Amino acid sequence: MTSRPNALEIEDLVMHFGPVRAVDGVSLTIAAGRVTALVGESGSGKSTVGRCVVRLVEPTAGVVRIAGADVTHLSRRQLRPHRDAVSIVFQDPAASLDPRMLVGEIVAEPLRLAGRRVPRREREARVAPQLERVGLRAEVARRYPHELSGGQRQRVSIARALVSEPMLLIADEPTSALDVSVQASVLNLLADLQRDIGFACLFITHDLSAVEYLADDIAVMYLGQLVEKGSRERIFARPAHPYTQALLAAAPVADPVRQRQRQPVLLGDDLPSALDPPSGCRFRTRCPLAFDTCATEVPPQVPIGDGMAACHLVRPDGTGPDVRTADPSEVLS
Amino acid sequence: MTTAPASTATTVLEMRDLSVSFPTETGTVSAVDGAALDLAAGEIVGMVGESGCGKSVTGMSIAGLLPGSARVTGSVRLNGTELVGARESALRRVRGREIAYIFQEPMTSLNPVLTVGRQIGEVLQVHERMSRRAAHARAVELLTLVGIPSATHRVGAYPHQLSGGMRQRVMIAMAVACGPKVLVADEPTTALDVTVQAGILQVLRDLRDRLGTSILIITHDLGVIADIADRVVVMYAGRVVERAPVTDLFARPYHHYTAGLLSASPKPGRHASTARLAEIPGLVPVLSTQPDACTFADRCPAADARCRESAPPLEVAGDGTDHLAACWHPCPPQPREANR
Ligand SMILES: Nc1ncnc2c1ncn2[C@@H]1O[C@H](COP(=O)(O)OP(=O)(O)OP(=O)(O)O)[C@@H](O)[C@H]1O
Ligand SMILES: Nc1ncnc2c1ncn2[C@@H]1O[C@H](COP(=O)(O)OP(=O)(O)OP(=O)(O)O)[C@@H](O)[C@H]1O
Ligand code: SF4
Ligand SMILES: [Mg+2]
Ligand SMILES: [Mg+2]
Repeated sequence: MTSRPNALEIEDLVMHFGPVRAVDGVSLTIAAGRVTALVGESGSGKSTVGRCVVRLVEPTAGVVRIAGADVTHLSRRQLRPHRDAVSIVFQDPAASLDPRMLVGEIVAEPLRLAGRRVPRREREARVAPQLERVGLRAEVARRYPHELSGGQRQRVSIARALVSEPMLLIADEPTSALDVSVQASVLNLLADLQRDIGFACLFITHDLSAVEYLADDIAVMYLGQLVEKGSRERIFARPAHPYTQALLAAAPVADPVRQRQRQPVLLGDDLPSALDPPSGCRFRTRCPLAFDTCATEVPPQVPIGDGMAACHLVRPDGTGPDVRTADPSEVLS
Repeated sequence: MTTAPASTATTVLEMRDLSVSFPTETGTVSAVDGAALDLAAGEIVGMVGESGCGKSVTGMSIAGLLPGSARVTGSVRLNGTELVGARESALRRVRGREIAYIFQEPMTSLNPVLTVGRQIGEVLQVHERMSRRAAHARAVELLTLVGIPSATHRVGAYPHQLSGGMRQRVMIAMAVACGPKVLVADEPTTALDVTVQAGILQVLRDLRDRLGTSILIITHDLGVIADIADRVVVMYAGRVVERAPVTDLFARPYHHYTAGLLSASPKPGRHASTARLAEIPGLVPVLSTQPDACTFADRCPAADARCRESAPPLEVAGDGTDHLAACWHPCPPQPREANR
């Protein structure tokens, strides 16, 4: 790969909704053509990061650069030239497609929004190959969203997102509303398109098996902040942060024999709130390994390879205890 | 982890030949066709199947929760008492006390203007004729039982003041308030983070262990099934197509739909650069009348004329007597790793 600019650079991103500290200092870079998965618990701020990147909301602070251009505070008009560079696919295909528009109009919509008047003939000519690319027949262009299945609707929203040939695709839980078998077809499709077209992707999900299948890199979010970053291989083989370890331990595997041999890691149930995050390490109220310092000092981001982990127990060489095997009473000795 | 021995335990719930259809403006929709199911005391049965295949309708028919428009035939017996066609007053007595239902959406089934303690207390006041005081105290116990920290404090909270995982636990506390014999949990952990999900599954297991409750858990997450179910029922287009102890089902699916489902989920260690996920081409049919054919035939790699001409019965498959499948040409062994 030559020296294309990074598809996405986020620096110290902050997004507060009144008192809700949805995103509180997130930094993340996605190189051109790479897939980064953003995982983390419900309400941790994953979608909000995605919404800041496509500028559905204007960040409270921080910087968002797309393909090298700072778009953090651009107005709607100023954003236009950058619209083509980034697109988003939302979780719920039923809710994100306008029920009164024909599929063909939906797919062509981004062209219109980018300020280009596309005559009807040309529109149809542009839409047909887009639909084919996502495995839909060209006739689908003349149907309404409710006449399609969930998986077909999700293909339509992917076609719409890709019509402008973006450099970066934000996929916000693109498969979680779908059945296992339909999920498989959408994941295959994303993998094929990503390989063929070479866009970068921020893949937001809480399905770790989908992450392992699709991602190159992983960022783990907890209560508005990133707690760990790293390559897919490293995170699955040697997760360093207790929350990442707990996530991997808690994701059940679809194999009863193996699943029942695994050691459950039950986290504390004191779920904190983005209105009033805990002092020190935000994970400490649920962390099985938390000790005094965790309540008083914000943990440093310990570099591990290209990534990092933010935990007091991770040593400078990137090693540390593992909640999946550690006995909490012995960790500090 | 204990596993209920289905053969020796007493059957609490017995469903036979259950069919449910709905008259709609565009014609009849056949939602369930001839479903059969047993729940032994203290057993956890998992139910899987593609969206729209009739899982919730089957579950609701157990709890007598189907809308009045539903046409129901067949039999559902709870400890020998027939529930299909029973009077609403009789059903109301059964519901809550003996059979409880956890709906998929905790926020829409909790009352936003009442504290969770009041809501649990009301169930107890109605069904157990408890005083308000006693009901309040019992509500605190129940919240503790389902693993809500500082229950004495949280009993006074309104639903919006709790996280998604805690609301789901409140729903479970309400469902188990009267110590039901049967609990139907319809997608109880969908949309929850896996660390919270693990806690909820533990609560369900504890409930079975402590009170001997039988649980039917409906989900599309095969990991959840692998984790908690003793036996599994697989539905497809309104019919039960396979039924087996959990390890048997995962080790050796006989129905092609089950095999397709199992191989569609991503396997640990695989990446898109080297592997593709197996897909099941085609869509679940919505049927107005149930055809005399295998309803999976259109999507099945092994289908032939026989499959399109007569419906395969649910029969004992292989050597185990408790592994049933409805297929004319059952899958050969080890079809799962077929997706390269
Ligand atoms: N417009 C808004 N106004 C107020 N609060 C908001 C708004 N949007 C999001 N939030 C809050 O910000 C936090 C982060 O929400 P976000 O949707 O980004 O989480 P998420 O990680 O995507 O969760 P999920 O996995 O459930 O989709 C939550 O506490 C949420 O309630
Ligand atoms: N009240 C109703 N009136 C008409 N049709 C209905 C009604 N309730 C359910 N159905 C239909 O019955 C079929 C089975 O629905 P059911 O809700 O049991 O599916 P499910 O397996 O639970 O699906 P999901 O996984 O999406 O929850 C569907 O085709 C559905 O549209
Ligand atoms: S810093 Fe402390 S509380 Fe936070 S994850 Fe590490 S050990 Fe747990
Ligand atoms: Mg989200
Ligand atoms: Mg359902």
